[in-house]
Amino acid sequence: MLLIPCPFCGPRDESEFICGGPVRPPRPDPAQTSDADWTDWLIQAPNPVGPVQEHWWHARGCGVWLTLWRDTRSHEIVAGASDDG
Amino acid sequence: MTGKRLATGGRIDRNRPLRFTFDGRGYTGFAGDTLASALLANGVRTVARSFKYHRPRGVVTAGVEEPAALVELLGPDASGNRQATTVPLTEGLAARSVNCWPSPRFDLGAVVQLAARAIPAGFYYKTFKWPGWALYAPAIRRAAGLASAPDHPPQGVYETRHAHCDLLVAGAGPAGLMAALVAARAGLRVVLADEGVEAGGALLSRDLLIDGAPARDWVAAVVAELAAAPLVTHLQQASVWGYREHNYLMVTETAPDRPGLTARGWRVRAGHVITATGALERGIAFAENDRPGVMLAGSVQTYLHRNAVAPWRRAVVFTNNNSAYAAAADLAAAGIVVAAIIDSRDQVPEDARARVAGLPLRAGHVVTRVLGRAGLRGVCVASPDGAEARIDCDLLAVSGGWNPSVHLWSQARGTLRYDADLAAFLPDRAVENVTAAGAAAGALGLPDALASGAEVGARVAGLPAPAVPQASDLPYAITPLWQVAHPRGKAFVDLQNDVTVADVELALREGYADVELVKRYTTAGMGLDQGKTGNVTVIGTLAQAQGRAPGEVGTTTFRAPWTPVAFGAIAGQRDGPLALPWRETPVTRWNIDRGAMMYEAGARWRRPGYFPATPDEPMAEAIARECRAVRFGVGVYDGSPLAKFEIKGPDAAAFLDHLYTNRMSSLKPRRGRYGLMLTDDGLILDDGVCFRLDAARWLVSGSTGHAEALHRHLEYQRQTSRPGWRVFITPVTEQWANATICGPQARAVMQALGCDFDLSAQAFPFMQLREGHVAGLPARVLRVSFTGELSYEVNVAPRHLPALWQQVMGAGAPHGILPVGSEANHVLRVEKGFLSLAHEVDGTADPHDLGLGWVMAQAKPDHLGQRAVAIRRAGGGVRRELVGVIPEGDTPLPEGAPLTPGGQRVASEGFITACVRSVVQDRWLGLALLDNGHARHGETAHVRLQGGQVIPVRVAAPIHYDPEGERLRS
Ligand SMILES: [Zn+2]
Repeated sequence: MLLIPCPFCGPRDESEFICGGPVRPPRPDPAQTSDADWTDWLIQAPNPVGPVQEHWWHARGCGVWLTLWRDTRSHEIVAGASDDG
Repeated sequence: MTGKRLATGGRIDRNRPLRFTFDGRGYTGFAGDTLASALLANGVRTVARSFKYHRPRGVVTAGVEEPAALVELLGPDASGNRQATTVPLTEGLAARSVNCWPSPRFDLGAVVQLAARAIPAGFYYKTFKWPGWALYAPAIRRAAGLASAPDHPPQGVYETRHAHCDLLVAGAGPAGLMAALVAARAGLRVVLADEGVEAGGALLSRDLLIDGAPARDWVAAVVAELAAAPLVTHLQQASVWGYREHNYLMVTETAPDRPGLTARGWRVRAGHVITATGALERGIAFAENDRPGVMLAGSVQTYLHRNAVAPWRRAVVFTNNNSAYAAAADLAAAGIVVAAIIDSRDQVPEDARARVAGLPLRAGHVVTRVLGRAGLRGVCVASPDGAEARIDCDLLAVSGGWNPSVHLWSQARGTLRYDADLAAFLPDRAVENVTAAGAAAGALGLPDALASGAEVGARVAGLPAPAVPQASDLPYAITPLWQVAHPRGKAFVDLQNDVTVADVELALREGYADVELVKRYTTAGMGLDQGKTGNVTVIGTLAQAQGRAPGEVGTTTFRAPWTPVAFGAIAGQRDGPLALPWRETPVTRWNIDRGAMMYEAGARWRRPGYFPATPDEPMAEAIARECRAVRFGVGVYDGSPLAKFEIKGPDAAAFLDHLYTNRMSSLKPRRGRYGLMLTDDGLILDDGVCFRLDAARWLVSGSTGHAEALHRHLEYQRQTSRPGWRVFITPVTEQWANATICGPQARAVMQALGCDFDLSAQAFPFMQLREGHVAGLPARVLRVSFTGELSYEVNVAPRHLPALWQQVMGAGAPHGILPVGSEANHVLRVEKGFLSLAHEVDGTADPHDLGLGWVMAQAKPDHLGQRAVAIRRAGGGVRRELVGVIPEGDTPLPEGAPLTPGGQRVASEGFITACVRSVVQDRWLGLALLDNGHARHGETAHVRLQGGQVIPVRVAAPIHYDPEGERLRS
């Protein structure tokens, strides 16, 4: 049961959230992207051993879709680049 | 000593005798007994039969590590496979042994023993693999299973509590008490949880002094101080059995302080955790080491000191370490003859010798074999030169050393290291905020345990370690001995699963060299005791056989639960109707009162399936009646659970164009359109109608069961994909309840209800919306149709729906209005070829396959899923497309039945998605997904049923009624 830091609600139990999977690169412009690149973007989600940036939806809370960095080896939520930039 | 009980001492109340029955015979014990101690005190030696060989088994330990003494509790609190050592004795308790028929002393199943050679490790895997385990499992379970499952649901009352603390201390032995005390004095919020009946841990099993007084006095003083501390929660009979991520711990309290409560599950989020879980003694593998009367030495001390039970006359102690010397001294002090202390070490430390001065000690000797079958009669002892001698005894107290209880630590993914001096695995590096203390950290001795607890407790509090009370203990020293080789007899490493040294060696010979594989192949450690007394012996045996150090062999993975947990204690209050509560619309009650058969409509909403006119009206007739009402008269159904969202903001139109495959921005106010939403991988997420309420406000509807997935998708797109856009999404499913009036007479009913807007087809056509009043109630009316008939979806505030509903039934009465359930809705939509995502969409279908190519707005620059659909279709290949099917011979087609070429037994070319009894055609009609189906209208295809029966069907357009849609536009 992870303890997830919600920017609005503070640390909350994982059971209040739904995981949205790893954060992928920004959606490419389909008009400027080859079929191969588009397919890669679509199906190749990051799956590292170590820190991965993930989306979580605070479904039983404030409703925010937040991002965090979780170390897949330890479940530790670690510091990482913000997705705001 | 009087009989089998000591005259004084023990934590029992001799003034409170308790009567109980075991295998139908009556016995008496005392308050403070466990079932195991009471059985020992009554001279019951054989308590159970073993799992595989049906060997007689007795009590081996005094706690949660018990591998052998499994019983089945009877009566209202029936439960199977309980360890007699963990069942507190209560008045009237009734239990019976497992695996025994007709009794543990005379067991017909023991004939299996005669064929024991035929049941080596891996036997099940090798013998019963064809054609399938399921064929053999029932018979094997009957022959070799454990307790039978209770025949009634558990009667218990359970609750869950959540707690947050700075520090959770698991274990209230010397180290745990010390740590909790130091942290409590520092003002921390502490939860102290211990699985014992009372605090004290190993101190309750031994005769030790703290500050010159009996250790239990110190325990009592600490417990009293903790009880007075305002921020301390102290739980006994509370097992910390699960360690989840981020210091979230599962605790089950089996004797909570509330009358009537069976157990309480705690979920504790702790800033820091101290595992002061003590250590568990392990055995030594030698021939026939499972016979009743072979016990662990420390557990013998527990029975002497805690229960004042001493049913033995002559004991032999067998050890490879110092701790059993205290056990030998305690046995002698209790008046039991200690016939010999057999120590496998050539050199016995002087302080250990001094502890048993006057008792016969044989250094460098080993026990090779146990004599006696149902009851221990003696042991064979080998001297260093191999000469064997027999020593008579009725108790063999064994100590193979102590394993720090690292289970919780390891559940938290902390690493272990093997300590050669202690011959045990110790906590090494922590992953979570957790520290081990006391025996669990390798501090095997009272002074070290107290110091360790104080030090760790102070560290958590950010303070220097305080002074600790004075205590002394025999220092621990060990030279490991895992097994004693002997040509005859079985040497067990796991008594519960009947795993022997020979099984481990067989696994190695067959190539299972890894400890995890050995575990799975032999099942060692996979019983409900999780191998607490035997696992390290397995590792030691492996290490010895492979010429490696135990640290190189490593341990198997530790998983929750540490001790068995009742499902009820996990569920807590979430039982029965509270487990997954139903959602009810304002007219659910009306529907039930009307006699509806209630279904789940998705997302836990309860909606009527159909309304039998009389209790014995056949379902098919009720459904047909409701269908005819809608097709030829009028019906009404409760569409309230339909997912609804209001989308607003300056960028809402562009947002919807991005989400839907078709263009919604071109809609004029009060107009709507059917739409399809895809995910970016080109699969169908949901379908529904989208209405424009005004310039910047939209109403999006979706499937009942997809409400949350749709909400998640909308918010995900808004927040992560289009964060700069000014769009607001409000779920309004529960803000609008509705009565959907449908059928040729729907307009007449609306007119009778009274509306303050023009109802004519010209003024209020199909796919438009009006806001006004219906029957005097503020309403939002949508002309949408899921039945193919003229239809008005009258949305009102939920509090108004019961009143509206009554008026609809009244206004519709002259037209024979009927309430309509989801079964009739299903028939009507299949007749019309309307999609139901649960039926026609299977994760491969795209909009073109479903005949919805027209909603894929090609002119739109980009919408979710557009590119993926285009790429997939450009790849060519056969598509499975939606068609109508008309069974020849007018027989029903099972949903999901495969269509195969020519009806042959070959790979399918599609399947039936739905089949109903049409009221307009008075025959069976279906829908199917069929390879290249769009080009095959008019052909005959073949449904192949299980068993080979073939039903020819005519392929047709997926619309069986009113193909031009004149009725729904009327
Ligand atoms: Zn939140």
